[in-house]
Amino acid sequence: MTATATEPEMPLQDAPADLAIATKGLTKRLSGVAVVDGLDLAVPRGSVFGFLGPNGSGKTTTIRMLLGLIAPSAGEVRLLGQRLPSGGSAVLPDVGALVEGPAFYPWLSGRDNLARYDRVGRDSRRADRGARVDSALERVGLSAAAGKRYRAYSLGMRQRLGLAAALLRPRRLFVLDEPTNGMDPQGTREIRHLIRDLAAEGGTVFLSSHLLGEIEQVCTHAAIINLGRLLTQGPLHELQALGPVRLRVETDDVVGAAAVLQRLGLLDVAQRDGSVLAGLDGRVPEDVCRALVLDGIGVREFVQERPSLEDAFVSLTGEGFDVAR
Amino acid sequence: MWRAELGLLLRRVRIKALLGVLALVPIGVAVAVRVAGGGPDPGSGPRFLDQVSRNGVFAGLAALTVTVPFFLPLAVAVVAGDAVAGEANLGTLRYLLVRPYGRTRLLVAKGMAVIIFCLLAGLVVAVAGVLAGVALFPIGPVTTLSGTTLSLTAGIVRILGASLVVGASLLGLAAIGIFISTLTDAPVGAMAATAGVAVLSGVLDAVPPLHALHPWLLTHWWLSFGDLLRAPVLWTDILRNLGLQVVYIAVFASAAWARFSTKDVLA
Repeated sequence: MTATATEPEMPLQDAPADLAIATKGLTKRLSGVAVVDGLDLAVPRGSVFGFLGPNGSGKTTTIRMLLGLIAPSAGEVRLLGQRLPSGGSAVLPDVGALVEGPAFYPWLSGRDNLARYDRVGRDSRRADRGARVDSALERVGLSAAAGKRYRAYSLGMRQRLGLAAALLRPRRLFVLDEPTNGMDPQGTREIRHLIRDLAAEGGTVFLSSHLLGEIEQVCTHAAIINLGRLLTQGPLHELQALGPVRLRVETDDVVGAAAVLQRLGLLDVAQRDGSVLAGLDGRVPEDVCRALVLDGIGVREFVQERPSLEDAFVSLTGEGFDVAR
Repeated sequence: MWRAELGLLLRRVRIKALLGVLALVPIGVAVAVRVAGGGPDPGSGPRFLDQVSRNGVFAGLAALTVTVPFFLPLAVAVVAGDAVAGEANLGTLRYLLVRPYGRTRLLVAKGMAVIIFCLLAGLVVAVAGVLAGVALFPIGPVTTLSGTTLSLTAGIVRILGASLVVGASLLGLAAIGIFISTLTDAPVGAMAATAGVAVLSGVLDAVPPLHALHPWLLTHWWLSFGDLLRAPVLWTDILRNLGLQVVYIAVFASAAWARFSTKDVLA
């Protein structure tokens, strides 16, 4: 997994006014267990912020607290400067959310479902409801299926309709929980484009996922949590730098190359499919390459692999990125 | 806002079927009387049923008598029990709340929709009964329980009034149902528990040693609507019934609000 931050950098500032989401000591205990434990999140305005953690690490519980669906056991939440849950009625109209999968009325069409959600808000004007609904449907590519009952929608279509509900009006913040769940690669690509567009329009996107690769492709910032605790957060490139830099050498003499790397004291030397992998552990790659060539090893490819978020996670926890509990 | 909730309710096949069944019961009763060549002997059988073959409009009242103990409370249990738990079960509750749909506002809108459903259910039974009676039997001026005679129009107005009293007497049960509905994410459980409350009340009402309790039972005054067919109207029991419903509504609507306004929505 080679990763590059393709998005422009956003400065992380400490003043709460510059934060779209700020939590302090956010804690939720459910039947005695701290599902979320002292979380301090700082999501800069304008960022695409990846909220990462294995399944069961407390992501959805955190999102439910961010949106005022559940009350924190301790700590506080500020969304666009407003305290939740008390300021919910003021700030939530500016927030588009997708929480733990889409949910709609199976006996209504896609269009009628969106109209229902639009209608129950105090800010809903009837005159342009139809236009709002149609443009949201078009944006997620569901116009053709708008009249079909939700019951008949595929998993990917349901996910798209969920996103359309989040897009019903201009928003300053999007909280999207696993938005590409159940989507095919084409759909996933479209969603990625959509997220970039939302950020380009000036919105902040808070994106939770257990798929590290997905986050690395769209996010400018990320936070990693495990077992309800924040492990780290910040600009993506800083997080990636937490992982070990690895070396991959492709050669016709795998055994010889491995021996040289071992002699040089590189970490975790492993052979795989005509190439040798090793942890660089602070050594200068040019020196390693020279040593290989001087030993008569034919080097076809010599790559310094940038650490991925997964590497960062593993080096932070000492465990694999798997179901936490 | 309640219009949105009522619209959502009435578009469900389940609710249409429920109202359809409520309309079929009085039609079935009227047809049975016709086929049997007359109702039960005067003074026996369910109240008003003995009058149906002489004056068709009484089928509306007989229909109310027949559906009040079971069909109507069941229909109310289905709708009230589903009010909040149904949204939780679909997962739509979390999207309504982040829309944001204030919790109190949502509860009030659901309550209004359930109230209208209760009144509508009573009306559907009475109207279906009257129409079936008119189609199958002779009609004419309505003889009251006191022996006086009302014009046909005045009689029908009284019958429709009786159906609204029946609808209103279901409101206490509706409030209990909405309260139970805020306790769970399983609508079927909430519906069954609500229906259970109605059955329990009916059973307790039939146990003589508990007579001190009887005037406070939810179902005790449910048949008082018949007093509208007296001359002059005997209001005592009707008002006791409605007053008791108000008490139940106050208690359980408050409980529902207290519960729902602080509930962690995990569904």
